[in-house]
Amino acid sequence: MHYQITHKTHYTYSNTANLSYNEARLTPRDFARHPYKHYTPSGVLSAWGHLQQVHGSRFVVEPQPTSYREREDFFGNTVCYFAIQRPHQTLTVTVTSQVEVKRHSTAARESSESEAWEAVREQLQTSLHPEILETRQYVLDSPMIPTRLPELREYATPSFAHGRTLQEAVRDLTARLHTDFTYDPGWTTVATPLAEVLAHRRGVCQDFAHLGIGCLRAMGLAARYVSGYIETMPPLGQERLAGADASHAWFSVYVPDVARVPHTPTENYLQSRPSGNSLERTSTASCGEWLDFDPTNNQEPGEQHITVAWGRDYSDVTLLKGVVFGSGTHELSVSVDCRRETC
Amino acid sequence: MQRSNNTHYTVIDENYRLTESRTGDASEDEMFDGIGQVHAHWQAFIAALQTLGLEEMETRHQELRRLLRENGVTYVVHGEEQGHRPWELDPIPLIFSSAEWEKIATGLTQRAELLNRVLMDVYGERRLIKEGVLPPEVVYAHAGFLRECDGIAAEKTGGIATRKLLLLYAADLARGSDGQMWVLSDRTQAPSGAGYALENRTALARVMPNLFGDIGVHRLSFFFRAMQNELEEMAPHGKANPHVVVLTPGPLNETYFEHAYLASYLGYTLVQGGDLRVWDGRVWLKSLDRLLPVDIILRRVDDVFCDALELRQDSRLGVAGLMEAIRLGNVVVVNAPGTSVLENPGLMPFLPSIAKWFGITADSSLLLPSVATWWCGQREERVYVLENLERLVIKTIHRKPMAAYPLFGAEMSKAELETLRKQICAEPHLYVGQEQVHFSTTPSLIDGKLEPRHATLRSFLFAQQEGYVVMPGGLTRSAAKKGALIVSSRAGGVSKDTWVLADEPEPHVSLWRQPKNGLRPLAYDNVGNSRGLSSRAAENLFWVGRYAERAEGQARLLRIILDTLQTSPLAEDARDGSELTYLHNLFRSVTGFSGTAAPTEKRNATLSDELFSLTLDTQNSSSLVSTLQSMVSAAYAVRDRWSTDTWRVMNNIENLCTALERELTASQSGGHARGQGTALEAHTLQDIQTELDRLMIFLAALTGLNAESMTQTIGWLSLDMGRRIERALLLIRLCRSSIVGAYDDWLENRLLEAILAAAESLITYRGRYRAELHFPTVLELLLLDRGNPRSLLYQLKRLQQHICSLPREKLGYRLSEEEQLILEALTQLQLSNTRHLAERSGQLRQGLEKLLARLAQLLHELSETLTRTYFSHVQGPQQLVTVN
Repeated sequence: MHYQITHKTHYTYSNTANLSYNEARLTPRDFARHPYKHYTPSGVLSAWGHLQQVHGSRFVVEPQPTSYREREDFFGNTVCYFAIQRPHQTLTVTVTSQVEVKRHSTAARESSESEAWEAVREQLQTSLHPEILETRQYVLDSPMIPTRLPELREYATPSFAHGRTLQEAVRDLTARLHTDFTYDPGWTTVATPLAEVLAHRRGVCQDFAHLGIGCLRAMGLAARYVSGYIETMPPLGQERLAGADASHAWFSVYVPDVARVPHTPTENYLQSRPSGNSLERTSTASCGEWLDFDPTNNQEPGEQHITVAWGRDYSDVTLLKGVVFGSGTHELSVSVDCRRETC
Repeated sequence: MQRSNNTHYTVIDENYRLTESRTGDASEDEMFDGIGQVHAHWQAFIAALQTLGLEEMETRHQELRRLLRENGVTYVVHGEEQGHRPWELDPIPLIFSSAEWEKIATGLTQRAELLNRVLMDVYGERRLIKEGVLPPEVVYAHAGFLRECDGIAAEKTGGIATRKLLLLYAADLARGSDGQMWVLSDRTQAPSGAGYALENRTALARVMPNLFGDIGVHRLSFFFRAMQNELEEMAPHGKANPHVVVLTPGPLNETYFEHAYLASYLGYTLVQGGDLRVWDGRVWLKSLDRLLPVDIILRRVDDVFCDALELRQDSRLGVAGLMEAIRLGNVVVVNAPGTSVLENPGLMPFLPSIAKWFGITADSSLLLPSVATWWCGQREERVYVLENLERLVIKTIHRKPMAAYPLFGAEMSKAELETLRKQICAEPHLYVGQEQVHFSTTPSLIDGKLEPRHATLRSFLFAQQEGYVVMPGGLTRSAAKKGALIVSSRAGGVSKDTWVLADEPEPHVSLWRQPKNGLRPLAYDNVGNSRGLSSRAAENLFWVGRYAERAEGQARLLRIILDTLQTSPLAEDARDGSELTYLHNLFRSVTGFSGTAAPTEKRNATLSDELFSLTLDTQNSSSLVSTLQSMVSAAYAVRDRWSTDTWRVMNNIENLCTALERELTASQSGGHARGQGTALEAHTLQDIQTELDRLMIFLAALTGLNAESMTQTIGWLSLDMGRRIERALLLIRLCRSSIVGAYDDWLENRLLEAILAAAESLITYRGRYRAELHFPTVLELLLLDRGNPRSLLYQLKRLQQHICSLPREKLGYRLSEEEQLILEALTQLQLSNTRHLAERSGQLRQGLEKLLARLAQLLHELSETLTRTYFSHVQGPQQLVTVN
């Protein structure tokens, strides 16, 4: 499915700003199904396993910035840095992207039913596969998600019955979040703590995503935050989804591929590790994948969800942030248009 | 020189050996060897001490205290006992033999190289994690691992490909009971202490000049020269003569003294975050006239506060956009943000295997081992720690705000241990258990006697092209109390100089060999001053000038009032009306109230109450003490700009403030008795008089030093403009609050005399006119005399000169705002006529009042214009964050 997305952010300052520094994560990212799937003869996915491909993205800042640079951050997201060094009263950032989404919700699910969630947790804790070692950071606390909050584990537990597969459990959790929590824009802010969201059972997509991640991490599983968009105009006869006309957020859970994880449980790093130069590098082939869940809409994202960036939580993927000198107070307006292209 | 038995040394009494250890094992003291003999490398010092005598040593100790106090060596303490705590230095050094130090230095270098490799990997490929050498949580759960810094190891490095990332490194060492030196902790992000070590050495050398020459101690200056040299080498884009700044969080930081001290010793500019700005991807210093490029930042601000755009958004201590400037390779930050991930006891148990994995060591053993550490993220280790909680030291892998780590299991109650156990079980990967090292004691001078105290050593290293240069010595800290193991400055620990002996018979390959390029001498000149004065520093200097002048004026007036009160010690209602008016007028001059209704004319407030309040009351913002405090804190904010002598004067003034405040307490406690007799009051007044006399001398010294010892750069200009504006305003206030009103001859004469005295012009007047006080003549001398350095005209002329030499863009024929203001003030004054000004109309001299009011207004405007144009470019930043 092809999309044309226009995301416009507009600031009006009460005073003239002289100088501003900004950082944006507004450029959608390319990503693929892991290469090993290439050899799976299910054949639903394209040859290179692209799940999302960006065919073009234009980043326009008004007034014209003095410095502009793109780079990739720790998580592989595209970051645009720009500075404006002249007096200005408004700032407009417009990003226009052409994105092709190849993910089919159902196909992705069928091919990879996992084993029991406890086994997945065990694997995360013990495997020395490089991918899993790297993934362990998504089990830990992050700036906006204090995983040790006892209420999180309490809330999550009913979904994680003994022996349930990971995907079943997460599906259940996603559905419960959707039912138990009220989508209520205006009730929370960017800074509302998770504990408060839990207590009042209401929030926006960012809070829903954080809750899901918090629950998974409390159970010892790896989860990350995804920021993106959802299709604005639904196909005929379907309901318009929440979060359209704005940026959206959901979460991803890591599902290891049982067959591919070399099971070498060892806890003690001090025990004779082979020395670096002679170490036979563990296979760098992927051994698992990240599956998306959208608790705001109780969906498993497929063709209608467009991914921009991911990280541990919202603070890692803030869409646009800045430091401005002399601006006084500011007013903000955001518009997102995300439409299907027929080609 | 060899002595077989240390009983010869009477300075070491028998008690020392008895108290020195719990076990009676003499090897636990630095001074003794295994069989209780004084180590060869201690003998020269002990012999010298023997010659000198302990009594003399105690005298030198007092001398040392005085010197450090006068030099303003402080450590800021927050919390219950706030304030600047004087730096404590024990005159007995910790001594290392050349041979042992060489081993320690090699071990330190190995550790620094290893940590550098870890740092490069963690912000680069992360093979240590991916290949299972280091558990991910040790890095990923550590608050010092900044994902924003990912890739800095690979970013542009200004043309130098093989640069290290860990540039400045410090390690805390202690000797365990096995005689081996152990690493207790690593300091990597902005290690403090090198400056204190240098100051310790400098102070000790002044008090005991002969000792160093006789014994042969390695110099510390070598280390700093090498560091300067290396900094020069690593300038971005290979720039020659780079501009280096020291970035400090400001005077409230606990080690601010050191930031200022190092900046002025190394000849670098001391700056705060607000002084810097990123422009076109480069860092610039906002100086009075222009932006100056900054090439290297020696950072003393914690890394998360360095950039409000990418790191902590609430930070006002850093520079927005700094991370991007670093990535572009346009600035080198020492140490780079993200380095604090190495301040991580969770790393310690893995260092030996990491060293082997990198191929740094053949087997898994380091030359300088870490104190035994168990990381609770591993099951077996966790079990061990939980089972041995009561005899271990528990630390978190990163420093947690508001938490009391490290915790000593041995000192905790059962309930506390239980709470700790639960905390560890909840987040095991955040905790380590460490063996409690019973480190060695070393002799300290306590009440004139040698006593053993536990001590640790912080050593310092700086990266070179190859390897590291090690400071030959370091900062030794010893515990305040016998048997105590906590040595931090916060906990009242005492510092010591650290000696590495240079002249030993055994062959010795020096680690600190000459660098290939040769060394440059340290910059002792004023290069730093002239090329890097920030707007903030200039503004502080301006206010030091204003406050110093204000204090001087206030002190003079208060002395005159005191004189009157003392020569006729009467109760208020016994004084006659004219004398009361006289006194009230003088009080008004101090407070600056120019209206006719003086606040002092309240019946219930006695004159001496008012005097106490105006002199001593810190709550009263127009009191002398308040002015002095403001002056000292403005001066402290530009600590690096003052010569040692100037700073001594400042310190004396600060101490005097404390003394004056004590007077206030005394006068208040005597308040009940006040009604009964004036004897007590007179006594206290006498004390204040004495203190004011001393203060005048200090202030005069300060004026003299400012005038004669500062190079006349823009900084001096700011200071002197402050002085001139304030002196002019004081004089105007003096005239307006007293002689603008018309009084009878007796009163007018007394007022004129007082004003002449307050303006330091009484002697001039008498010498010149030898006559009665004549109103127009007094005005002539005070307002319009070109030759009188106290006259108003003189102040305005000087101001005009200064304003002319300020840097500014040419505006064609148009005068700048401040030029216009001073021109108008001068013209108004010069066009006036004293005879006309002296004319009375009713109760008021209208002409005089009008002129003085206008001049005061112009001067206030001038001060504001200067501030706006030259000083405060500092606009507060705003955060922009979009909502989802």
